[in-house]
Amino acid sequence: MSTGNMNLTLKVWRQKNNKTAGALVDYKLAEISPDMSFLEMFDVLNEQLINKGEEPVVFDHDCREGICGMCSMFINGRPHGPKDLVTTCQLHMRSFKDGDTIVVEPWRAAAFPVVKDLTVDRSAFDRVIAAGGFISVNTGNAQDANSLPIPKMQADAAFEAAACIGCGACVATCKNASAMLFVSAKISQLALLPQGQPERYRRVQSMVAQMDAEGFGNCTNTGACEAECPKGISLENIARMNRDFASAKFVSEETI
Amino acid sequence: MSDINSNIPEGELTSKWTKFKSSVPLVNPSNKRSIEVIVVGSGLAGASAAATLAEMGYKVKCFCFQDSPRRAHSIAAQGGINAAKNYQNDGDSTYRLFYDTIKGGDYRSREANVHRLAEVSTNIIDQCVAQGVPLAREYGGLLDNRSFGGTQVQRTFYAAGQTGQQLLLGAYSALERQIGMGKVEMYTRHEMLEVVKIDGKARGIIARNLITGAIERHFGHAVVLGTGGYGNVFYLSTNAMGSNVTAAWKAHKQGAYFANPCYTQIHPTCIPVSGDHQSKLTLMSESLRNDGRIWVPKKKDDNRKASEIPEDERDYYLERRYPAFGNLVPRDVASRAAKERCDAGYGVGASKLAVYLDFKANTERYGKIEASKAGIHNPDKETCMRLGTAVIKEKYGNLFDMYAQITGENPYETPMRIYPAVHYTMGGLWVDYNLMTSVPGLYCTGEANFSDHGANRLGASALMQGLADGYFVLPYTIGAYLSNEISVKAISTDHPAFVEAEERAKNILNTLINIKGTKSVDHFHKRLGHIMWEQCGMSRSETGLKQAIEDIRALRAEFWSNVRVPGTADELNTELEKAGRVADFIELGELMCIDALDRKESCGGHFREEYQTEEGEALRDDVNYAYVAAWEFKEGVNFELHKEELKFENIKVAQRSYK
Repeated sequence: MSTGNMNLTLKVWRQKNNKTAGALVDYKLAEISPDMSFLEMFDVLNEQLINKGEEPVVFDHDCREGICGMCSMFINGRPHGPKDLVTTCQLHMRSFKDGDTIVVEPWRAAAFPVVKDLTVDRSAFDRVIAAGGFISVNTGNAQDANSLPIPKMQADAAFEAAACIGCGACVATCKNASAMLFVSAKISQLALLPQGQPERYRRVQSMVAQMDAEGFGNCTNTGACEAECPKGISLENIARMNRDFASAKFVSEETI
Repeated sequence: MSDINSNIPEGELTSKWTKFKSSVPLVNPSNKRSIEVIVVGSGLAGASAAATLAEMGYKVKCFCFQDSPRRAHSIAAQGGINAAKNYQNDGDSTYRLFYDTIKGGDYRSREANVHRLAEVSTNIIDQCVAQGVPLAREYGGLLDNRSFGGTQVQRTFYAAGQTGQQLLLGAYSALERQIGMGKVEMYTRHEMLEVVKIDGKARGIIARNLITGAIERHFGHAVVLGTGGYGNVFYLSTNAMGSNVTAAWKAHKQGAYFANPCYTQIHPTCIPVSGDHQSKLTLMSESLRNDGRIWVPKKKDDNRKASEIPEDERDYYLERRYPAFGNLVPRDVASRAAKERCDAGYGVGASKLAVYLDFKANTERYGKIEASKAGIHNPDKETCMRLGTAVIKEKYGNLFDMYAQITGENPYETPMRIYPAVHYTMGGLWVDYNLMTSVPGLYCTGEANFSDHGANRLGASALMQGLADGYFVLPYTIGAYLSNEISVKAISTDHPAFVEAEERAKNILNTLINIKGTKSVDHFHKRLGHIMWEQCGMSRSETGLKQAIEDIRALRAEFWSNVRVPGTADELNTELEKAGRVADFIELGELMCIDALDRKESCGGHFREEYQTEEGEALRDDVNYAYVAAWEFKEGVNFELHKEELKFENIKVAQRSYK
């Protein structure tokens, strides 16, 4: 019941490590089932490679249900492939046709160096969060959760920004390799909540500074990030971040 | 009966924790700065512990195998987190949460631990909200709650269907804050391969840098494992692909007892297997059973489409068998009932291993209500379905979309096909009241330990336990141990114990690389999963378990002589990582079967065919089996049983009934 009838040609980026050059390598796959996920199709490829005595393709993946943000393939020129609002792990082969050629590359950005094959180093995102993507409250310091009512609309807006999975598709698709959608989603989540106010302007300054230091590009408002984001994070967040960043110089006594 | 000490403080149940906290020895701030703690794992239990310990002033090193601590599989939890806040004024209390958890666990957990869990549950919600976790709210601006299985109150806090994600990102942000301040050193893409013991105490770990393959030695005055559950022993489960037992298993081999390994939670509502290519299973939240009716055809091998089967030819078997609870029986009961129908030949879909979860009746019902709100009297069926679908969409839209994406079917038009799948493991490393394993200085938190859920976990309790352990329990209890360690200087990693542990780790890696056999790691993992699912899954028997033990031993021998791991050990080698994990799963699988064989009763997730009532319900044996089975690893792959007797002084033990 597993075998299907799709025949495919894959062109996959192979690169041994960050010191060597990489290249696209062709692979033929037969009897692929339309019910397989894209990553299960890669499992079939890897099983074949191992059986032939070759090294399997290395790619990042973990939860395979679209929430951990680890999978990261650039498929036929689009991060996470042809479907909107779907991560690579939730993309299924029924979205392709028998006889298709599929080109699979890693995320491309100076701030995301290739580690091996389709795996890249996204630790720059963690460093941006470490620079200020939090509320400074030690364990045990909290007041009763209901002592601070928050309007539902505001809480929902914060939740929508917080839905970011940190996959980096926004960076990968941006011609400038800008990380502004990712960074602004976290800044917005916390700026929309009363708990986030004390550090609001300090936060935006330090996170933007770290973002720049990591070598991400600037935003030129093409909107590709929003279009490709598997979680539908809105461009409005970038506007909110820019507003806060500009205001920080005036409303905050603390310039970083 | 007990031959191990769980170190439960004396006194009344309700005051044990308060008294413990006020009398536990403290470590002064200047001493904390020179005490190092290693935390392995960065999920809810690991990240919360690492962040809190660093806030308190300890020097912390935290390890995870993923590329970022934010990826840990806690992130995938959908439904919610329980807390005895009683915000709904529906009679909830610490005692009720405690009672529901003990009963839900089929009277196989420790009273003192569970009561403490219920006590700190409210602090968790406060802490998360303070961190900016956007939990669902009502229009008045206060927090919203919903119901979950096994309870009569609304105590579940949630953030749409992404509660785990939001809570983990909260813990992650607290952790990153400490990393930014230089108080936690984070090691991503590192896998723990050994525990280092010096004079009987845990003093560090051996870890492999997964990018370079370098083997590293790390010292710590104490080591905390928050490394998650072992559901992937079944190959197919709702766990992430990388979830594994290796850290816990290496600790087990160094003397940490492994408790109740056979207690596995099989979740009733998952998307069924579609073929041999399947790599993982996806859960559909328990909340769907509020509005979905579960049924199979009354006729065997009925190949008609669901829509062609008339109402009187459908068997709503949960409503038939359990009229009082109907479709909302606990997870273990619902799962076994689905298996029973499919085994008897009434399953649906191509594989015949699925049952229907049908929203039609409730869609129509909601439609009628909506029509009446809109002033439409005697609405036709089409109008009802249209209006009702909008209601269902608002409640479960994201789950329906996920189902459609995976199966290619539209669940608004045809009923969902569902089947049980491995979801959570209640067993884990044995820990005492302090969350310390049987190795001094080695702690275990979250799903990786065994402590709070007995033989069956209630929905929305895993997130609660992970964060309780990491934020509020371990940071206190570890002080009891570390206050005696203040005079111990950091031990050099040139110590012979580090050298020896590194050799053990390297030997295993080199052996795996050099077998150069003919079968891939996945080949062995799938075969192990098949044995476990058939013989140690939803129902178990003496003959089946004995056969499984033999089969697993044979599989282990074959694995170590015929596995093929391409590449080398000094580079990023995902096959080598998997091989090490599967090697440990094979040994664990054997222990799970041994434990299941030893437990001659049925309780919670453990169902022995020989021990059931006339109606086919689980039959507990409280006289002989009210104990925690804590297994000690012995030379070769052998195990010795130690028993911790469970005493119920505050709860009356009773048979669970859902009729």
